Amino acid sequence: MKTETVEEVAAIDNRPALQPFDLGLGRLSDPLVGRAIELIWREAQLLDDKDYEAWQTLYTEDGKYVIPVDPDTEDFESSLNMVYDDARMRHMRVTRLVQGYSMSAVAAARTSRTISRFTVEGITEDTVTLRSAQVLVGFKRDRFQMLGADLTHRIRFTGDDARIELKLIRLVNSDSAVNASGFLL
Amino acid sequence: MTSPTSEKAGGFASLAAGDRVAAQLYTDPEIFDWEMEKIFYSTWVWVAHESEIPEAGSFKMSHIGLQPVIVNRDRKGNFNVLLNRCRHRGASVCEVPKGKANGFTCPYHSWSYSLEGNLRGIPYPDGYEGVTEKRDLPLQRLRVESYNGLIFASFKPDIEPLEEFLGDAKIWIDRFMKQGAGFPVKVQGEHKFRFNGNWKIQLENTTDGYHFPIVHRSWMASVDAETADMLSFMTDENAVTHALGNGHSVAVMVPEHVDLEEDDGTEELQERFRHIIDELSKTMPPEQVRRIIRSMHGAGYNLNLFPNLSLSMSFFRVLRPISVNETEIQHMALGLDGGPESVNRERLRIHEHFQGPFGFGTSDDSEAWDRVQRGAVANPDMPILVNRGLGREVTVDEGWKTSHVTDETGMRESYAMWKRMMSDEN
Ligand code: FES
Ligand SMILES: [Fe+2]
Repeated sequence: MKTETVEEVAAIDNRPALQPFDLGLGRLSDPLVGRAIELIWREAQLLDDKDYEAWQTLYTEDGKYVIPVDPDTEDFESSLNMVYDDARMRHMRVTRLVQGYSMSAVAAARTSRTISRFTVEGITEDTVTLRSAQVLVGFKRDRFQMLGADLTHRIRFTGDDARIELKLIRLVNSDSAVNASGFLL
Repeated sequence: MTSPTSEKAGGFASLAAGDRVAAQLYTDPEIFDWEMEKIFYSTWVWVAHESEIPEAGSFKMSHIGLQPVIVNRDRKGNFNVLLNRCRHRGASVCEVPKGKANGFTCPYHSWSYSLEGNLRGIPYPDGYEGVTEKRDLPLQRLRVESYNGLIFASFKPDIEPLEEFLGDAKIWIDRFMKQGAGFPVKVQGEHKFRFNGNWKIQLENTTDGYHFPIVHRSWMASVDAETADMLSFMTDENAVTHALGNGHSVAVMVPEHVDLEEDDGTEELQERFRHIIDELSKTMPPEQVRRIIRSMHGAGYNLNLFPNLSLSMSFFRVLRPISVNETEIQHMALGLDGGPESVNRERLRIHEHFQGPFGFGTSDDSEAWDRVQRGAVANPDMPILVNRGLGREVTVDEGWKTSHVTDETGMRESYAMWKRMMSDEN
């Protein structure tokens, strides 16, 4: 059986030929990308371990940590978010999570998260932007909880140092009910 | 379903006394079913704020009890609340949470309805000749009335006028809307979450000043001293809860912000808002800047409207019962419609700090409510106590039972209404 080429199919119904689809997979072997992924996995482990004090040192001073409600918005400043943390808010959040006054943090679910499906969204001399998929399973008092999210990390490199400049967490249920939890994504 | 009124000795009335209620009120699925009938399908239930459906054709999906409804604004400017259920074989006609439309078309066989709910079109109508008339099959329309931007609906066609039902709560609704500081109040966005507990646990919480410094200690520790001080009402004798009748109550936490139009000029504006004060002062007279900044945290109280809405300082809290042990909560952030962008952003940041699933306040509230539901199954004969402050409760000139904001006057008011409605023969 003869298979039409992309160009032939396009010619049949008069559409422009599809461009080759670039997943950025070729760039996954870039050494900066490898370091970025390592950092992202390190972050995931610290969050699962609830080592929040170590976790916040992974961020640049002007780094942002965002969990938006609106699945499409890029304008977090003028939208309502679940989390929109600069260094000050992130610091207060960590204090709250570790100081023992918060009953939800004290009783937080145990979590295990997997991050994969990395694609390279951009590389400059000193930054790498990666998109990925995260599946988090939490367990607390006889109940499992599952949270799926699309992540974007922008990692900034200064010499040997790599830090997170932006972490954007788009939960698959962000504009529906998201239950309160004492842990971080 | 046989009524537990006949089955259980003394009926529902015996389950709620003035100062205590039976724990089954949180845990018995049969009671939950009757609550849907006798409360949610028998009274006025809040469904939307005007600003959510600003133009002709704007609509949103909402719920009354377990039933899905569509709230819209038609071309005449009227609000319609329609059951979201096709008259043919029952499909929902709308699954877009919010938007604009000329009408609603059922996805199954394309029966189409107008914004008023009238059945406009049936495809291949010959099969219905002599069988059915379109005019007999509109979407079910509910009674709708609004007060100061708040839209309520009811399944009961002959229900009393909304304003009668709200009664003295109207005074507090009017005061609440003054936080617009000269601008209309608008919904800026919302958080939504569920907890594993009965809806009345959340209803109680809205006027529970008692839990605040305990459950919200981590939030208190994170805010600036002025904000923490503003909410230090535990020993402030002007911080009171009033029972307003019909299940409504108001818990005053910041007495100096009860009426934001009243300002003796002694209050210092919070330093945390300095950047906004400076910005606004470039173009606005000082009185207006002061008015806007004093309103930044909203009104100084939580107004609980039985059964599903609270006007809570600077946001709306909406509760939706899902089952006897699951409840969905929306926290809608409010802003100034047409007001300064910097003010609305700051209000969003304040909201994010406390509210929502990752907020410094909501996460802990939610955990506390889960704990109530888990504990309440132990020995159902042990009552839930709502007697705090009974010994110091007085009736003020307005006729409102009043006690300290840490007392349980608001809960007693809710349960008195619960008892009245649940024992109602109709
Ligand atoms: S169920 Fe709606 S048209 Fe058939
Ligand atoms: Fe609370």
